[in-house]
Amino acid sequence: MNNLIWLLFYEFFKIGLFAVGGGPATIPYLMDLAEKYDWFTMEDVTNMIAISESTPGPLGLNMATYVGVDALGVFGGAWASIALTIPSIIVIVLVAKFLNNFSQNRWVKAAFYTIRPAVAGLIAAAVYNVFVVSLFVEQAGEKVLAIKTCILFVIVFALMKVKKLGKLHPVVWLIGAALVGIIFQF
Amino acid sequence: MKEYLELYWAFFRIGGLTFGGGLSMLPMLKYELVEKKKWVSEEQLLDCYAVGQCTPGIIAVNTATYVGYLKKGLAGAIWGTAGMISPSILLITTLCLFLNNFMDNVWVQHALMGIKGVVCALMLNTVISLAKKSLVSPLCVVIGIAATILAMFTDVPTVLIVVVAAIVGIIYEKIKGGAKHE
Repeated sequence: MNNLIWLLFYEFFKIGLFAVGGGPATIPYLMDLAEKYDWFTMEDVTNMIAISESTPGPLGLNMATYVGVDALGVFGGAWASIALTIPSIIVIVLVAKFLNNFSQNRWVKAAFYTIRPAVAGLIAAAVYNVFVVSLFVEQAGEKVLAIKTCILFVIVFALMKVKKLGKLHPVVWLIGAALVGIIFQF
Repeated sequence: MKEYLELYWAFFRIGGLTFGGGLSMLPMLKYELVEKKKWVSEEQLLDCYAVGQCTPGIIAVNTATYVGYLKKGLAGAIWGTAGMISPSILLITTLCLFLNNFMDNVWVQHALMGIKGVVCALMLNTVISLAKKSLVSPLCVVIGIAATILAMFTDVPTVLIVVVAAIVGIIYEKIKGGAKHE
Protein backbone atom coordinates (compact mmCIF):
# COMPACT_ATOMS: atom_id res chain seq x y z
CA MET A 1 0.00 0.00 0.00
CA ASN A 2 2.75 2.35 1.04
CA ASN A 3 4.53 1.57 -2.21
CA LEU A 4 1.45 2.33 -4.25
CA ILE A 5 1.19 5.78 -2.65
CA TRP A 6 4.73 6.69 -3.67
CA LEU A 7 4.43 5.07 -7.07
CA LEU A 8 1.33 7.13 -7.83
CA PHE A 9 3.10 10.27 -6.64
CA TYR A 10 6.17 9.49 -8.75
CA GLU A 11 4.17 8.78 -11.91
CA PHE A 12 2.09 11.96 -11.68
CA PHE A 13 5.08 14.07 -10.71
CA LYS A 14 6.73 12.77 -13.89
CA ILE A 15 3.68 13.67 -15.97
CA GLY A 16 3.67 17.17 -14.45
CA LEU A 17 7.32 17.54 -15.33
CA PHE A 18 7.17 16.28 -18.91
CA ALA A 19 3.66 16.98 -20.22
CA VAL A 20 4.47 20.16 -22.12
CA GLY A 21 1.53 21.92 -23.71
CA GLY A 22 -1.20 21.44 -21.17
CA GLY A 23 -4.18 19.08 -20.86
CA PRO A 24 -4.16 16.95 -24.01
CA ALA A 25 -0.40 16.39 -23.59
CA THR A 26 -1.16 14.34 -20.47
CA ILE A 27 -3.16 11.77 -22.46
CA PRO A 28 -0.17 9.89 -23.99
CA TYR A 29 1.36 9.60 -20.51
CA LEU A 30 -1.90 8.32 -19.03
CA MET A 31 -2.04 5.66 -21.75
CA ASP A 32 1.48 4.61 -20.81
CA LEU A 33 0.25 4.20 -17.23
CA ALA A 34 -2.74 2.14 -18.38
CA GLU A 35 -0.34 -0.26 -20.11
CA LYS A 36 2.14 -0.37 -17.25
CA TYR A 37 -0.14 -0.75 -14.21
CA ASP A 38 -3.57 -2.18 -13.49
CA TRP A 39 -4.85 1.07 -11.96
CA PHE A 40 -7.16 1.69 -14.89
CA THR A 41 -7.69 0.60 -18.51
CA MET A 42 -7.45 2.36 -21.87
CA GLU A 43 -11.23 2.42 -21.87
CA ASP A 44 -11.18 4.32 -18.56
CA VAL A 45 -8.95 6.93 -20.21
CA THR A 46 -11.61 7.44 -22.89
CA ASN A 47 -14.31 7.80 -20.21
CA MET A 48 -12.08 10.26 -18.37
CA ILE A 49 -11.79 12.41 -21.50
CA ALA A 50 -15.60 12.54 -21.75
CA ILE A 51 -15.96 13.41 -18.06
CA SER A 52 -13.22 16.05 -18.19
CA GLU A 53 -14.77 17.69 -21.22
CA SER A 54 -18.09 18.00 -19.44
CA THR A 55 -16.89 19.23 -16.04
CA PRO A 56 -15.15 22.49 -15.22
CA GLY A 57 -11.43 22.61 -14.58
CA PRO A 58 -8.39 21.79 -16.67
CA LEU A 59 -8.38 18.40 -18.41
CA GLY A 60 -5.04 17.22 -17.00
CA LEU A 61 -6.05 17.94 -13.44
CA ASN A 62 -9.42 16.22 -13.77
CA MET A 63 -7.65 13.18 -15.18
CA ALA A 64 -5.21 13.07 -12.28
CA THR A 65 -8.04 13.26 -9.75
CA TYR A 66 -10.01 10.56 -11.57
CA VAL A 67 -7.06 8.19 -11.79
CA GLY A 68 -6.08 8.89 -8.18
CA VAL A 69 -9.56 8.09 -6.87
CA ASP A 70 -9.66 4.94 -9.00
CA ALA A 71 -6.33 3.72 -7.64
CA LEU A 72 -6.37 4.90 -4.03
CA GLY A 73 -9.82 6.21 -3.12
CA VAL A 74 -10.70 9.72 -1.93
CA PHE A 75 -7.20 10.47 -0.68
CA GLY A 76 -5.71 9.40 -4.02
CA GLY A 77 -7.57 12.08 -5.96
CA ALA A 78 -6.02 14.94 -4.01
CA TRP A 79 -2.69 13.13 -3.84
CA ALA A 80 -2.32 12.61 -7.60
CA SER A 81 -3.42 16.20 -8.31
CA ILE A 82 -0.84 17.58 -5.90
CA ALA A 83 1.87 15.38 -7.40
CA LEU A 84 0.94 16.71 -10.84
CA THR A 85 1.20 20.36 -9.76
CA ILE A 86 4.42 20.32 -7.71
CA PRO A 87 6.72 20.38 -10.78
CA SER A 88 4.75 23.40 -12.08
CA ILE A 89 5.28 25.29 -8.84
CA ILE A 90 9.01 24.55 -8.77
CA VAL A 91 9.61 25.35 -12.45
CA ILE A 92 7.46 28.49 -12.59
CA VAL A 93 8.90 29.96 -9.39
CA LEU A 94 12.44 29.37 -10.71
CA VAL A 95 11.56 30.88 -14.08
CA ALA A 96 9.89 33.91 -12.47
CA LYS A 97 12.82 34.42 -10.15
CA PHE A 98 15.81 33.94 -12.43
CA LEU A 99 14.81 34.27 -16.03
CA ASN A 100 13.50 37.44 -17.53
CA ASN A 101 11.84 37.01 -20.89
CA PHE A 102 12.03 33.24 -20.57
CA SER A 103 9.61 32.64 -23.41
CA GLN A 104 11.63 34.97 -25.67
CA ASN A 105 14.92 33.19 -24.98
CA ARG A 106 16.54 31.90 -28.18
CA TRP A 107 17.21 28.39 -26.90
CA VAL A 108 13.82 28.00 -25.25
CA LYS A 109 12.20 28.99 -28.52
CA ALA A 110 14.44 26.58 -30.44
CA ALA A 111 13.55 23.66 -28.17
CA PHE A 112 9.83 24.39 -28.37
CA TYR A 113 9.96 24.68 -32.14
CA THR A 114 10.58 20.91 -32.25
CA ILE A 115 8.86 19.86 -29.01
CA ARG A 116 5.48 21.05 -30.34
CA PRO A 117 5.36 18.73 -33.38
CA ALA A 118 6.65 15.84 -31.24
CA VAL A 119 3.82 16.40 -28.75
CA ALA A 120 1.32 16.61 -31.61
CA GLY A 121 2.66 13.23 -32.82
CA LEU A 122 2.38 11.71 -29.34
CA ILE A 123 -1.20 12.91 -29.05
CA ALA A 124 -1.98 11.54 -32.52
CA ALA A 125 -0.78 8.11 -31.38
CA ALA A 126 -2.87 8.43 -28.20
CA VAL A 127 -5.92 9.30 -30.27
CA TYR A 128 -5.34 6.16 -32.33
CA ASN A 129 -5.59 4.21 -29.06
CA VAL A 130 -8.79 6.08 -28.15
CA PHE A 131 -10.22 5.05 -31.53
CA VAL A 132 -9.33 1.39 -30.99
CA VAL A 133 -11.02 1.17 -27.60
CA SER A 134 -13.99 3.32 -28.61
CA LEU A 135 -14.93 2.05 -32.03
CA PHE A 136 -14.49 -1.67 -31.42
CA VAL A 137 -16.32 -3.93 -28.97
CA GLU A 138 -15.35 -7.34 -27.70
CA GLN A 139 -17.77 -10.05 -28.87
CA ALA A 140 -17.07 -13.73 -28.13
CA GLY A 141 -13.39 -12.90 -27.66
CA GLU A 142 -13.12 -11.06 -30.96
CA LYS A 143 -12.85 -7.35 -31.72
CA VAL A 144 -15.86 -6.28 -33.73
CA LEU A 145 -16.49 -2.84 -35.19
CA ALA A 146 -19.15 -0.98 -33.17
CA ILE A 147 -21.06 0.17 -36.23
CA LYS A 148 -23.53 2.53 -34.55
CA THR A 149 -20.74 4.32 -32.66
CA CYS A 150 -18.71 4.63 -35.87
CA ILE A 151 -21.64 6.15 -37.75
CA LEU A 152 -22.25 8.63 -34.93
CA PHE A 153 -18.55 9.54 -34.91
CA VAL A 154 -18.53 10.31 -38.64
CA ILE A 155 -21.77 12.32 -38.44
CA VAL A 156 -20.63 14.35 -35.41
CA PHE A 157 -17.20 15.00 -36.94
CA ALA A 158 -18.85 16.28 -40.13
CA LEU A 159 -21.36 18.42 -38.18
CA MET A 160 -18.54 20.00 -36.17
CA LYS A 161 -17.13 21.34 -39.43
CA VAL A 162 -20.30 23.40 -39.91
CA LYS A 163 -19.27 26.87 -38.72
CA LYS A 164 -22.02 27.59 -36.23
CA LEU A 165 -22.15 24.07 -34.80
CA GLY A 166 -18.37 23.96 -34.36
CA LYS A 167 -18.67 26.61 -31.68
CA LEU A 168 -21.02 24.50 -29.54
CA HIS A 169 -19.66 23.46 -26.18
CA PRO A 170 -18.36 19.85 -26.11
CA VAL A 171 -20.79 19.07 -23.29
CA VAL A 172 -23.70 19.68 -25.69
CA TRP A 173 -22.35 17.01 -28.07
CA LEU A 174 -21.66 14.61 -25.23
CA ILE A 175 -25.17 14.90 -23.77
CA GLY A 176 -26.67 14.58 -27.24
CA ALA A 177 -24.61 11.45 -27.91
CA ALA A 178 -25.62 9.92 -24.58
CA LEU A 179 -29.29 10.41 -25.48
CA VAL A 180 -28.78 8.99 -28.99
CA GLY A 181 -26.98 6.02 -27.44
CA ILE A 182 -29.86 5.33 -25.08
CA ILE A 183 -32.64 5.86 -27.64
CA PHE A 184 -31.06 3.73 -30.37
CA GLN A 185 -29.75 1.07 -27.97
CA PHE A 186 -26.06 1.34 -28.94
CA MET B 1 -3.60 35.89 5.59
CA LYS B 2 -6.55 37.68 4.09
CA GLU B 3 -4.62 38.26 0.88
CA TYR B 4 -3.69 34.60 0.61
CA LEU B 5 -7.31 33.58 1.02
CA GLU B 6 -8.29 36.12 -1.59
CA LEU B 7 -5.78 34.57 -4.01
CA TYR B 8 -7.08 31.11 -3.18
CA TRP B 9 -10.69 32.09 -3.72
CA ALA B 10 -10.08 33.95 -6.98
CA PHE B 11 -8.37 30.92 -8.51
CA PHE B 12 -10.96 28.59 -6.99
CA ARG B 13 -13.62 30.50 -8.95
CA ILE B 14 -11.57 30.40 -12.15
CA GLY B 15 -10.91 26.66 -11.81
CA GLY B 16 -14.50 25.91 -10.93
CA LEU B 17 -16.18 27.92 -13.64
CA THR B 18 -14.17 27.28 -16.80
CA PHE B 19 -14.57 24.21 -18.93
CA GLY B 20 -11.77 22.71 -20.96
CA GLY B 21 -8.74 24.46 -19.44
CA GLY B 22 -5.92 25.86 -21.54
CA LEU B 23 -6.89 28.61 -23.95
CA SER B 24 -10.58 28.55 -23.06
CA MET B 25 -9.55 29.85 -19.65
CA LEU B 26 -8.09 33.12 -20.96
CA PRO B 27 -11.30 35.22 -20.98
CA MET B 28 -12.12 34.15 -17.41
CA LEU B 29 -8.56 34.88 -16.23
CA LYS B 30 -8.70 38.29 -17.87
CA TYR B 31 -12.02 39.14 -16.23
CA GLU B 32 -10.99 38.03 -12.74
CA LEU B 33 -7.33 39.05 -12.60
CA VAL B 34 -7.07 42.07 -14.89
CA GLU B 35 -10.48 43.73 -14.78
CA LYS B 36 -11.89 42.83 -11.37
CA LYS B 37 -8.88 42.40 -9.07
CA LYS B 38 -6.37 44.48 -11.08
CA TRP B 39 -3.61 42.16 -9.85
CA VAL B 40 -1.82 42.01 -13.19
CA SER B 41 -1.92 43.99 -16.43
CA GLU B 42 -3.17 42.39 -19.61
CA GLU B 43 0.41 42.25 -20.94
CA GLN B 44 1.57 40.46 -17.80
CA LEU B 45 -1.26 37.96 -18.16
CA LEU B 46 -0.26 37.21 -21.76
CA ASP B 47 3.35 36.81 -20.57
CA CYS B 48 2.15 34.31 -17.98
CA TYR B 49 0.39 32.46 -20.73
CA ALA B 50 3.47 32.38 -22.94
CA VAL B 51 5.59 31.13 -20.04
CA GLY B 52 2.86 28.63 -19.10
CA GLN B 53 2.99 27.17 -22.59
CA CYS B 54 6.77 26.85 -22.70
CA THR B 55 7.10 25.21 -19.32
CA PRO B 56 6.01 21.71 -18.41
CA GLY B 57 2.73 21.16 -16.64
CA ILE B 58 -0.85 22.21 -17.08
CA ILE B 59 -1.19 25.73 -18.48
CA ALA B 60 -3.92 26.80 -16.05
CA VAL B 61 -1.86 25.65 -13.07
CA ASN B 62 1.24 27.38 -14.40
CA THR B 63 -0.70 30.63 -14.78
CA ALA B 64 -2.07 30.40 -11.22
CA THR B 65 1.45 29.78 -9.88
CA TYR B 66 2.92 32.66 -11.87
CA VAL B 67 0.27 35.22 -10.86
CA GLY B 68 0.39 34.04 -7.23
CA TYR B 69 4.17 34.42 -7.27
CA LEU B 70 4.02 37.93 -8.73
CA LYS B 71 1.53 38.91 -6.01
CA LYS B 72 2.91 37.28 -2.87
CA GLY B 73 6.06 35.27 -3.63
CA LEU B 74 6.35 31.54 -3.04
CA ALA B 75 3.49 31.37 -0.53
CA GLY B 76 1.28 33.23 -3.01
CA ALA B 77 2.23 30.74 -5.74
CA ILE B 78 1.19 27.85 -3.50
CA TRP B 79 -2.11 29.45 -2.43
CA GLY B 80 -3.04 30.39 -6.00
CA THR B 81 -2.27 26.89 -7.26
CA ALA B 82 -4.18 25.27 -4.39
CA GLY B 83 -7.19 27.40 -5.32
CA MET B 84 -6.94 26.37 -8.96
CA ILE B 85 -6.82 22.64 -8.23
CA SER B 86 -9.41 22.48 -5.42
CA PRO B 87 -12.59 22.52 -7.56
CA SER B 88 -11.33 19.69 -9.80
CA ILE B 89 -10.40 17.56 -6.82
CA LEU B 90 -13.73 18.11 -5.03
CA LEU B 91 -15.92 17.70 -8.08
CA ILE B 92 -14.20 14.75 -9.74
CA THR B 93 -13.78 12.85 -6.47
CA THR B 94 -17.50 13.21 -5.74
CA LEU B 95 -18.35 12.20 -9.29
CA CYS B 96 -16.11 9.10 -9.18
CA LEU B 97 -17.59 7.82 -5.93
CA PHE B 98 -21.02 8.17 -7.42
CA LEU B 99 -20.09 6.83 -10.86
CA ASN B 100 -18.54 3.54 -9.84
CA ASN B 101 -21.88 1.98 -8.84
CA PHE B 102 -23.40 3.39 -11.92
CA MET B 103 -21.10 2.31 -14.77
CA ASP B 104 -22.52 -1.24 -14.99
CA ASN B 105 -26.08 -0.08 -15.59
CA VAL B 106 -27.39 -1.07 -19.07
CA TRP B 107 -28.65 2.43 -19.87
CA VAL B 108 -25.33 3.93 -18.88
CA GLN B 109 -23.60 1.41 -21.15
CA HIS B 110 -25.74 2.51 -24.10
CA ALA B 111 -25.06 6.17 -23.30
CA LEU B 112 -21.32 5.52 -23.08
CA MET B 113 -21.23 3.85 -26.51
CA GLY B 114 -22.73 7.05 -27.93
CA ILE B 115 -20.41 9.28 -25.92
CA LYS B 116 -17.38 7.40 -27.26
CA GLY B 117 -18.26 8.44 -30.79
CA VAL B 118 -18.18 12.10 -29.76
CA VAL B 119 -14.93 11.67 -27.80
CA CYS B 120 -13.34 10.33 -31.01
CA ALA B 121 -14.58 13.36 -32.96
CA LEU B 122 -13.36 15.81 -30.27
CA MET B 123 -9.95 14.18 -30.09
CA LEU B 124 -9.57 14.11 -33.86
CA ASN B 125 -10.29 17.85 -33.92
CA THR B 126 -7.71 18.46 -31.19
CA VAL B 127 -5.04 16.60 -33.17
CA ILE B 128 -5.89 18.42 -36.39
CA SER B 129 -5.65 21.86 -34.77
CA LEU B 130 -2.43 20.92 -32.96
CA ALA B 131 -0.93 19.65 -36.22
CA LYS B 132 -1.88 22.87 -38.01
CA LYS B 133 -0.19 24.95 -35.32
CA SER B 134 2.96 22.87 -34.92
CA LEU B 135 3.81 21.37 -38.33
CA VAL B 136 5.16 24.63 -39.73
CA SER B 137 8.27 23.39 -41.56
CA PRO B 138 9.61 20.19 -43.18
CA LEU B 139 11.71 19.52 -40.05
CA CYS B 140 8.61 19.80 -37.87
CA VAL B 141 6.66 17.44 -40.15
CA VAL B 142 9.46 14.85 -39.96
CA ILE B 143 9.57 15.10 -36.17
CA GLY B 144 5.79 14.89 -35.89
CA ILE B 145 5.62 11.75 -38.05
CA ALA B 146 8.60 10.17 -36.29
CA ALA B 147 7.02 10.79 -32.87
CA THR B 148 3.70 9.31 -34.02
CA ILE B 149 5.37 6.15 -35.37
CA LEU B 150 7.60 5.69 -32.31
CA ALA B 151 4.68 6.12 -29.92
CA MET B 152 2.42 3.77 -31.88
CA PHE B 153 4.74 0.88 -32.71
CA THR B 154 7.58 0.90 -30.21
CA ASP B 155 8.07 0.95 -26.44
CA VAL B 156 10.28 4.05 -26.51
CA PRO B 157 9.33 6.06 -23.38
CA THR B 158 7.19 9.14 -24.07
CA VAL B 159 9.51 11.28 -21.97
CA LEU B 160 12.48 10.29 -24.14
CA ILE B 161 10.67 11.35 -27.33
CA VAL B 162 10.02 14.83 -25.89
CA VAL B 163 13.59 15.22 -24.64
CA VAL B 164 15.11 14.12 -27.97
CA ALA B 165 12.82 16.52 -29.85
CA ALA B 166 14.04 19.39 -27.65
CA ILE B 167 17.68 18.46 -28.29
CA VAL B 168 17.08 18.30 -32.05
CA GLY B 169 15.60 21.81 -31.91
CA ILE B 170 18.57 23.19 -30.00
CA ILE B 171 21.11 21.53 -32.35
CA TYR B 172 19.19 22.82 -35.36
CA GLU B 173 19.27 26.36 -33.94
CA LYS B 174 22.99 26.03 -33.27
CA ILE B 175 23.73 24.91 -36.85
CA LYS B 176 21.48 27.61 -38.29
CA GLY B 177 23.03 30.26 -36.02
CA GLY B 178 26.55 29.06 -36.88
CA ALA B 179 25.84 29.24 -40.61
CA LYS B 180 24.52 32.79 -40.17
CA HIS B 181 27.67 33.99 -38.44
CA GLU B 182 30.14 32.59 -40.95
